[in-house]
Amino acid sequence: MAKLPVDIPELVKEFGPHVHRVPPGGWAHTGPDDKLVKTHCCFCGQQCGIQLRVRDNKVVGFEPWEDFPFNKGKLCPKGVKRYMQDEHPDRLKAPMMRVAGKGFQPTTWDEALDKTVAEIRRIQQAYGNDSFGVLSGASLTNEKAYLMGKFARVALRTANIDYNGRLCMVSAGAASRKVFGMDRSANPWSDIPKAKVILLAGSNVAECSPITTDYIWQMRENGGKLIVLDPRMTPIARNADLFIPVRSGGDIGVFNGMLHVMIERGWIDYDFIEKHTTGWEQVAETVKKYTPEYASKIAGVPPEMIVKAAEMWGPAPTSFVLHARGIEHHSKGVENCVAAITLAVATGRIGREGCGYAMITGQGNGQGGREQGQKCDQLPGNRSVENHEHRKYIAGVWGVPEESIPRKGLSAVKLIEAIHDGKIKGLISICFNPAVSLPDANYVREAFEKLEFYANIDFFLSETARYADVVLAGSLMEEDEGTTTNVEGKVILHRKAVDPPGDARVDWQIICDIATRLGYGDKFPYKNSHDIFEELRVASKGGISDYYGMSWEMISEQNGVYWPCPEVGHPGTPRLYEGGKFAHPDGKAHFVPVEWRPSAEMPDEEYPIILTTGRVVSHFLSGTQTRRIGGLLDQYPQPRCEIHPRLAEKLGIADGDFVKVESRRGHVVVRAQVVKTIRPDTVFIPYHWPLGRSANNMTVRAIDPESNIPEYKICAVRVIKTVEPTDEIARLEVEAGGIR
Amino acid sequence: MSAMAFFIDYSRCIGCQACVQACAECDTHRGTSMIHLETIERRDSVQTAPQVCMHCEDPICARVCPADAIKKTPDGVVQSSLKPRCIGCSNCVVSCPFGVPKYSAEIDQMMKCDMCYDRTSIGKKPMCATVCPSGALTFTTMEDIQRTRRGIPVNSWRFGEEDVKTKVYVMVPREVERVNVELVQITPTPASLPEDPYDIALMLEEVR
Ligand code: SF4
Ligand code: SF4
Ligand code: SF4
Repeated sequence: MAKLPVDIPELVKEFGPHVHRVPPGGWAHTGPDDKLVKTHCCFCGQQCGIQLRVRDNKVVGFEPWEDFPFNKGKLCPKGVKRYMQDEHPDRLKAPMMRVAGKGFQPTTWDEALDKTVAEIRRIQQAYGNDSFGVLSGASLTNEKAYLMGKFARVALRTANIDYNGRLCMVSAGAASRKVFGMDRSANPWSDIPKAKVILLAGSNVAECSPITTDYIWQMRENGGKLIVLDPRMTPIARNADLFIPVRSGGDIGVFNGMLHVMIERGWIDYDFIEKHTTGWEQVAETVKKYTPEYASKIAGVPPEMIVKAAEMWGPAPTSFVLHARGIEHHSKGVENCVAAITLAVATGRIGREGCGYAMITGQGNGQGGREQGQKCDQLPGNRSVENHEHRKYIAGVWGVPEESIPRKGLSAVKLIEAIHDGKIKGLISICFNPAVSLPDANYVREAFEKLEFYANIDFFLSETARYADVVLAGSLMEEDEGTTTNVEGKVILHRKAVDPPGDARVDWQIICDIATRLGYGDKFPYKNSHDIFEELRVASKGGISDYYGMSWEMISEQNGVYWPCPEVGHPGTPRLYEGGKFAHPDGKAHFVPVEWRPSAEMPDEEYPIILTTGRVVSHFLSGTQTRRIGGLLDQYPQPRCEIHPRLAEKLGIADGDFVKVESRRGHVVVRAQVVKTIRPDTVFIPYHWPLGRSANNMTVRAIDPESNIPEYKICAVRVIKTVEPTDEIARLEVEAGGIR
Repeated sequence: MSAMAFFIDYSRCIGCQACVQACAECDTHRGTSMIHLETIERRDSVQTAPQVCMHCEDPICARVCPADAIKKTPDGVVQSSLKPRCIGCSNCVVSCPFGVPKYSAEIDQMMKCDMCYDRTSIGKKPMCATVCPSGALTFTTMEDIQRTRRGIPVNSWRFGEEDVKTKVYVMVPREVERVNVELVQITPTPASLPEDPYDIALMLEEVR
């Protein structure tokens, strides 16, 4: 059923993306505000504190919140302009139903919800409970993430719920769990400036987590050294003491090579290893063959760079590992992260001031969103859906029989594959735009066309929502209250600034309404999101991510509380693993040996160039929000293909030329940007755009076997000079997917 | 005026343009940004450099203004041109050694950073220096900057034969005390520097 009701240019005309540049009341309108609301940025995992200026129930601007300790008033351009989405003309203000040939028509909530529930019933009765899937979001509050997990298991009784954090940092989480027994950045950011050396692996912090640059520069001011691994010279790499332009997929070469040198030179803390770890021998054995020369072949960089990195990292008194999507978005993402963390454990530099590691969360609630039970294999509190004790406890909290809780379901990419295969027939999604964000976009679009029923909850009509049968107009962060957990593992409070406009409803209410109509009203009796938090606290009690001791008042008063916070009165835990106590039952860190292996698709004669993807500073994820905000769009209006002059010359491409970048799965046409700051065997395209400009047209559906994260960071392409496309979509305005 | 001062550290700039976006949010010139983010040829480097008005002690822009449209406040802030006076002649634009004032054709007026006078005059920080996520722009006390930075703040410049003192400081390595801006720069590249420090192909030369 889920075909586009009218063609794309028509949908764009009505629902955008349109670009919006003027605050409510216009630029000239100044004067007193009704209130200033202390809350947080709705975008990345830094979750910067910000104050929203409110007048007449509208967000009209912002004021820096300098007292908030994490960012002290600092913001990136997305934070500065975030307030512009509140009164955006594209905002969905009423539920809608598809009418073939006519597009989407506004309807009543009763009709929209009845239709949704009737379709859920029909599909589940015909094909079984698991034939209805749920795709949730990691930018939801903890309360909503918790609610989605419970909704899927209790009201839909489906195993198939997963979330878009699956595309973000599950490799980091899985690696941390393997080595440390827990999935959270080990240190507060205040430890970063105290490190004498930082290894920043696969993280373009300047564009993806800009506030972190200040912490890193402080480390430099204190005399510390910075090592950066990236196939591109990013703004943070420009000032690194050592920049290693590693080939995508070659990171294990660098990490294992460094460890090899460190063992040879005696820069290993055997005392720490003896007391606090297991499994060192296998790791030492494994890295024996990773001589700088061997490692250099894997990493695609000169061996001296690897030696130099070991020389900087090895003897330092304090150190910090920071890693992000660059090493995580691989079919060996977990192993990449394990190899990186191993460097911290082998030197015993973890669990004390200035020593540790952190994974840099990408999505707003990337941390909390992966703890509350909306993952296909997980129950609240980071519990396992397959563990009897865990199931029993959560069944008790929910007041349902343990057997009624479904077992492990399909992760995001597999869920889409099951839709494509016709095994999943119905879907409800919230704050997830797979048509832009999942790999192999043409395949994803095909899958959506096969759904018998699709309901979408969101506040803008995303590229994915265009396939919906029912669109349920939800809420923005500033229209509800609730907590998120930031990059440091600190739980913070988003405060409500304005009401949802028109007929739009807060998200949790929509979910509860559906659950009630399905006959489970008694399990979803919440009057507000605070009620949900109170239940979440109890559900997390005794779990790994334990929020039990927290209250909204405490979070508010202390500007956030770090988990675990297991009892009322507990101050929270900023730094993990102090005194070498790790979260595995034996209290030790577990070394895991990792070997390098090739990526799923390596360049060959037909497709000789590596494509790697990532973000730019003015856009966020699938761009649903940022491609609608004037200032942000002007900053980076459309994707460009970064290409080294040597490669460009070989291919006859000049700066600004249109190029067709093509893989075995699809292609884009974008302009070339010829830069010396990228490896000559690699091209880069940011992924925030849809359709003919979607980097995910090319990416490969391979996933990491353990974390199921897609391999966004490497696939094989060819690049050909071409002419400006002239099809109808290319002729749309730039923000709507056109090309200039 | 408090003891707060404006400091620029080019080495920290990450080119994010938060400053540019935030400047457009000041109450005095809402919608228009007055900060320039200079970009070195992107082909060669990712280096960027923010440029605010340096608020010279003896502002040449004001001196050459035939309409007396540029005022310096008693606390040393050189204001944007006064709307009714500015005749759009662009003398200020060509005379400023830092290339700050810009002529806006739509409104036929010179516009430039006024150090967020709406904010700084009531004890707030300028927008750009508050939001700058990397600390490349900072508005703080001299003691704080000396305590937290390796480099030293400098506000004394030489353009050829001319000495210029500014209200805004730039952070420079310890050995520099005055910034010599040679009008024609013919400094040879020291032999120790790599041929092109930003060219990744050169870094990888020996690897196959
Ligand atoms: S996007 Fe991230 S870094 Fe930028 S303002 Fe928002 S939370 Fe801060
Ligand atoms: S906000 Fe700061 S880091 Fe960003 S471009 Fe401006 S000066 Fe540079
Ligand atoms: S000080 Fe104020 S007016 Fe000047 S550039 Fe910064 S934000 Fe703009």
